Amino acid sequence: MNNIFTNNIKKIEFDALIVGGGGSGMRASLELAKSGLKTAVVSKVFPTRSHTVSAQGGITCAIASADPNDDWRWHMYDTVKGADFIGDQDAIEYLCSEGPKAVFELEHMGLPFSRFENGRIYQRPFGGQSKDFGKGGQAARTCAAADRTGHALLHTLYQNNVKEGTNFLNEWFAVDLVKNSKDQVTGVIAFSIENGEVAYLKAQATVLATGGAGRIYASTTNALINTGDGLAMALRAGFPAQDMEMWQFHPTGIYGAGSLVTEGCRGEGGFLINKDGERFMERYAPNVKDLAGRDVVARSMVLEILEGRGCGENNDHIYLKLDHLGAEVLNSKLPGICELSRTFAHVDPVYEPIPVVPTCHYMMGGTPTNISGQAFSRINDQDYLIPGLFSAGEAACVSVHGANRLGGNSLLDLVVFGRATGKHIQSELKSGGGVESATKSDIDNSLERLNKLNESSNGFDPADVKKELQECMQNYFGVFRRGEFMQKGLDQLNELKEKVDNLHLKDKSDAFNTSRVEAIELQNLFEVAESTAVSAFKRTESRGAHARDDYPDRDDENWLCHTIYDPITKEVSKRGVNFEPNKVEAFPPKVRTY
Amino acid sequence: MFGNKLQVNLYRYNPEEDKFPYMKKYVIEKPKRDIMILDLLHLLKEEDQSISYRRSCREGVCGSDGMNINGKNGLACITPISSVVKRNKIELRPLPGLPVIRDLVVDMTEFYAQYEKIKPFLQNETTAPEQERLQSPEERDKLDGLYECILCACCSTSCPSFWWNPDKFVGPAALLQAYRFLADSRDLKTEERLEALSDPFSVYRCHGIMNCVNVCPKGLNPNKAIGEIKSMLHKNKKDIIVTDGV
Repeated sequence: MNNIFTNNIKKIEFDALIVGGGGSGMRASLELAKSGLKTAVVSKVFPTRSHTVSAQGGITCAIASADPNDDWRWHMYDTVKGADFIGDQDAIEYLCSEGPKAVFELEHMGLPFSRFENGRIYQRPFGGQSKDFGKGGQAARTCAAADRTGHALLHTLYQNNVKEGTNFLNEWFAVDLVKNSKDQVTGVIAFSIENGEVAYLKAQATVLATGGAGRIYASTTNALINTGDGLAMALRAGFPAQDMEMWQFHPTGIYGAGSLVTEGCRGEGGFLINKDGERFMERYAPNVKDLAGRDVVARSMVLEILEGRGCGENNDHIYLKLDHLGAEVLNSKLPGICELSRTFAHVDPVYEPIPVVPTCHYMMGGTPTNISGQAFSRINDQDYLIPGLFSAGEAACVSVHGANRLGGNSLLDLVVFGRATGKHIQSELKSGGGVESATKSDIDNSLERLNKLNESSNGFDPADVKKELQECMQNYFGVFRRGEFMQKGLDQLNELKEKVDNLHLKDKSDAFNTSRVEAIELQNLFEVAESTAVSAFKRTESRGAHARDDYPDRDDENWLCHTIYDPITKEVSKRGVNFEPNKVEAFPPKVRTY
Repeated sequence: MFGNKLQVNLYRYNPEEDKFPYMKKYVIEKPKRDIMILDLLHLLKEEDQSISYRRSCREGVCGSDGMNINGKNGLACITPISSVVKRNKIELRPLPGLPVIRDLVVDMTEFYAQYEKIKPFLQNETTAPEQERLQSPEERDKLDGLYECILCACCSTSCPSFWWNPDKFVGPAALLQAYRFLADSRDLKTEERLEALSDPFSVYRCHGIMNCVNVCPKGLNPNKAIGEIKSMLHKNKKDIIVTDGV
């Protein structure tokens, strides 16, 4: 693959190009394929291998099945509160009010939801859910297909894309965005993993739907492919990232393996115990106990461990107790969890508790977008839409999750904003919108990184550098953070930068060369890690998932805002939170307790 | 034989360098704890960057890393070494019957083509209600054991009928999905679906040898689903001629 020049690569043109074949990407592509626009999904894995497949517990949405009086405004209230008040309320309003339509569409497409006796979609309780704006007790709002909701959703979306004839460039890896001199995005440089062929995929609209980047941490529930490729491409192109300090640590990753154990376990009646067998969440969240927000539960678990009440030989984990639910409930409602526990924890939840520990799970930050999926940068403290660039799902920060995402809201985010992005692009392109062409030198710029890697004759071993990066993030930017430790982490990242820029790709072959893919992924991880570290250091308060023991309190006076990370200056600026929903009164910030 | 060593015989083939595939022997320290085959491959790849295999979720739900492990198809990420090792040896080969792209990576085009052929999507052209279409728990239960398929191809590539006729025999994975839609109370194209499967090859190349059931890493039973399809075909079309000759 040596010496790739713009002149000798193929150019393939589309109206809309979606980078990423997970839930948001395929929901967007479905909308676009139906509209007759020439649409392609470029995905580094066959679409059903995307990480959406691992989502378990469900998709939270006020479809009023478990409770006929349920109201999307209650869901909105929970989400605003869960986000610790820095979620944009116009976006959350859109998420919760459009949600039911998007969920019913999935059902019409064939998603095999579990059912209640009356034939309606089964809903289970999840953390942070309430009725009547927090006053009516626990709600059951998470629509589920057993504990395989993500799998069912992803396959349903793929199936319907097959039906609509979407073009898929499967096992193609997008390397960098192409942008012209006017800072318009005109597509991506990508290569076929199968045979190494490089192409310029040109499009009037490019959607980054590349999911999260949990692999910046050593311990994560995320798939090995979650390396933040789209977000990193945007950062390298000079576009900003928002709220990157906000990473969710899921309370229940399997100890040692990292695999997720759904919050649905606690929704169905399971609870956490320490080494004394105490149900300790009763102390930290007296009202809702184990169904408090994920950030709250994760911190409580870490405190239990730090205070010597952790389980196991080294007192370094917590037990999730499920056996009291009985074999029948476990096998019908949580069959996937039983399977995972037996495989990865060597315990059968029917008889024994599962050893769990808070584990990196979800990136609340991402490329900032509006509710139509349009990405923006910041010029003179104003939002400036980037022509041709869109983003949706975990890669984007729209922002509906703010400082802490509620369980079941990620799948809803995917379909609601994937759909909205598709609809917007359709109307924009049909009314004559689009971007100008890129010149040869614009395209050359985007080939630079690939060429450098292909020409490397010495340098650092990607596998070693990746381990260093992951350890650094795990040690200094975990559940609890402190300024002096983060400074150490930042220094270490500075040293790693040199290594990441000088990786040695030993294997230069073209056919299914996964080493090349992994080297580029590592560079992507670094971009995401750096933006996380800088933003986390800058936010001098504790809010949602961002908990600093040197600044233990929420500081609304200074930090009721988003952070915007500028990849060129590596500076962080503030951006106001939207408190102007269209259909309801805004929910003002208040003390967040569960 | 090797004491604390573990010998891994790995199928290697890089089309740019190798005229023929070959087995390469790697000898490593036996891992202290029981790790998965996928972890083992990571260890080998750290030493030898050129080894290629697919992987994604590493927890048995994405279906990327189907391979032939000591002679039996399975998912590398949920197969502990202890469950397969024989006399300190492990042999890893690509899924059988599909063209090899490189090392453990096979070309799955034919497998996916069969999946697409069965129209793997719900077909119901009646006007959709404002809310969901209702389905009783009993109706929904019929989809259990069917919808969970992860398209890893372990079953179809362990099936001699699929090896012989990958273009004409739909294969266990896609037939399981064919039945998933036949069994769905919301799908209205039963006649058309059965019609499309009624030729001598699509379904009837299955001779019930159950290799598919034996290898499915999700514990699913394509053989049973195929039996259901056959009985629906018989009810649907009594005059079908089943021939066993190719």
